[in-house]
Amino acid sequence: MSSKIETAGLALHGVGVALGGQQIIEDISFDVKPGEVVGLIGANGAGKSTAVRAALNLVKLAAGHIAVDGVDTASLNLKERAKLMSYVPQGTPVHWPLVAERLVALGRTPHLGPWDKISNAEQEIIKAAMVETDTWHLRERIATTLSGGETARLMLARTIAVGAPYMLADEPTAALDPYHRLQVMDIMRAQAKAGTGILIVLHDLSFAQNYCDKLVLLHKGKILDQGDTRQVLSDKNLMEAFQISVSRWSDGNTDYLMPSTGVTPASEAS
Amino acid sequence: MIKGLHLTQVYLVIALLLILIGVGLVSATFGQAPLSIAQVLEGLSGPEDSGLSIIIRELRLPRIILGMFVGAALGFSGAALQGLLRNPLAEPGVIGVTASASLGAVVAIYFGLTAFSTYAVPVFSMFGALLATMVVLAVAARDASVLTLILTGIGLSSLATALISLVMNFAPNPMSLRDMVLWMLGSLENRTTDDLSLAVPFIILGWLLMIGVGQGLNALALGEDAATTLGVNLKRLRWRIIAGTALSVGAAVSVCGGIGFVGLVVPHIVRFFVGSEPRHILLPSAIAGAILLTLADIITRLPFGNGQLQLGVVTAFIGAPVFLVIVYKTREAMR
Repeated sequence: MSSKIETAGLALHGVGVALGGQQIIEDISFDVKPGEVVGLIGANGAGKSTAVRAALNLVKLAAGHIAVDGVDTASLNLKERAKLMSYVPQGTPVHWPLVAERLVALGRTPHLGPWDKISNAEQEIIKAAMVETDTWHLRERIATTLSGGETARLMLARTIAVGAPYMLADEPTAALDPYHRLQVMDIMRAQAKAGTGILIVLHDLSFAQNYCDKLVLLHKGKILDQGDTRQVLSDKNLMEAFQISVSRWSDGNTDYLMPSTGVTPASEAS
Repeated sequence: MIKGLHLTQVYLVIALLLILIGVGLVSATFGQAPLSIAQVLEGLSGPEDSGLSIIIRELRLPRIILGMFVGAALGFSGAALQGLLRNPLAEPGVIGVTASASLGAVVAIYFGLTAFSTYAVPVFSMFGALLATMVVLAVAARDASVLTLILTGIGLSSLATALISLVMNFAPNPMSLRDMVLWMLGSLENRTTDDLSLAVPFIILGWLLMIGVGQGLNALALGEDAATTLGVNLKRLRWRIIAGTALSVGAAVSVCGGIGFVGLVVPHIVRFFVGSEPRHILLPSAIAGAILLTLADIITRLPFGNGQLQLGVVTAFIGAPVFLVIVYKTREAMR
């Protein structure tokens, strides 16, 4: 087999998922290296969330397998997997009026036995995660009374507190205003810089271009293209996956693209 | 068990235990012959063959201890189910066990089986609870969602309630109809060590199944996917709580009849003191449930009731206003 260096990373190998007899994703293969931000993009229903859930073993795989640093995750138990991959679900609800700091502390669950108390060392990890996401000042607030932006950062803090080498985030910037979107993406980049491999589902194509090291474009449950951000965000790919044309411009070192015209699905039929 | 709790929880548990002992002693002063607390203590500590000792240990203590176990079973299961279903309105009845146990009891009364054995009602009742449990567990084992579980429970409850109405409708005589209604209102009247030894093993077995579920329930506050990715085995958690509740509540209802509101209200009262973390309310809810039921049992024996007041009526009367006050006070955070 290949060397340790080559196997480092979270890798999907030919993954397929069928739900209710319907093939949702098929033959999905890509990987996320440590310290890398990989963006998962595609139109609604392209299979992005399913791909993320498959990577976390939250859905049954019809084909293929998931490996983390060369180890098949199906061979690991729930706690071992939980220590390797942390997850920010889409629009996570909080079901009880928990104190913010205690909510973030839930991120330590995989590391604790059923009766263990949060130790001082654990407490430091929780605090660091809250400081990094600018939520430490909210620590005594009740989570259900926080604003959307504060909640999103708190969920991120909870995920960072897990301390897993890989983080998977399903649209963590959805429903956030522009400032808080930038803030969340900056936190993601900082995490990657510290060595975490990050897979992030995004809808904003400019964010995908500017914040990701690599993109995976899904279309109708299959990978249409993957690799360098500019290559993946080509006019041809965007037309096929999203039925849009885009305008592009640059401001300093930053490239932007903005959907300009949509075409009706009928014209795409061939 | 104290290890996972914060200091405030430890104090609360100690305070609740002291209150429980207090209401237990007060409860022992009530009965055919009113006694003083001093006499109760003398009966507990004195020689075994004294008259006082026989009254306390053989007549009053079994009833009090049974009440405490039943209250604790209802309180604990209510807290665990609210955590599992992530729904503050959940109570042990939602999984259909209570109604099915009642159906068993009503059927036993209908056929006049009480004439043959005092065990007839509790045994039939347990059988009803067991049937309902097997259906719910079969559904849970298929990795059903929480919603499916609740709907299954509601379906079972409705079916059992319909059958109860049918049996009552055809009640052979007014006396048996009266027995059915009174049983469904719940009581600890005339319960003996026989009832105690019938119910308590199942109640304890149910608790053993549910030991250590707190951590999983806490993580579940973030939703099922998030809990799974935090290493919580949801299938096992569901199975343990449903089987545990079915055993302990099924056994409790079988000997005491339908006692409403304890499982629903007690977790809310406890949350008011220790916050909403599912894990922190489990143990206090058990003790508070025992206190509430013991208190209610004292009230049923106060003179104004003429010995006619049923336990379930009183728990509802204490529980409902407290519940409304707490719902009002916590309306901001509960969204």
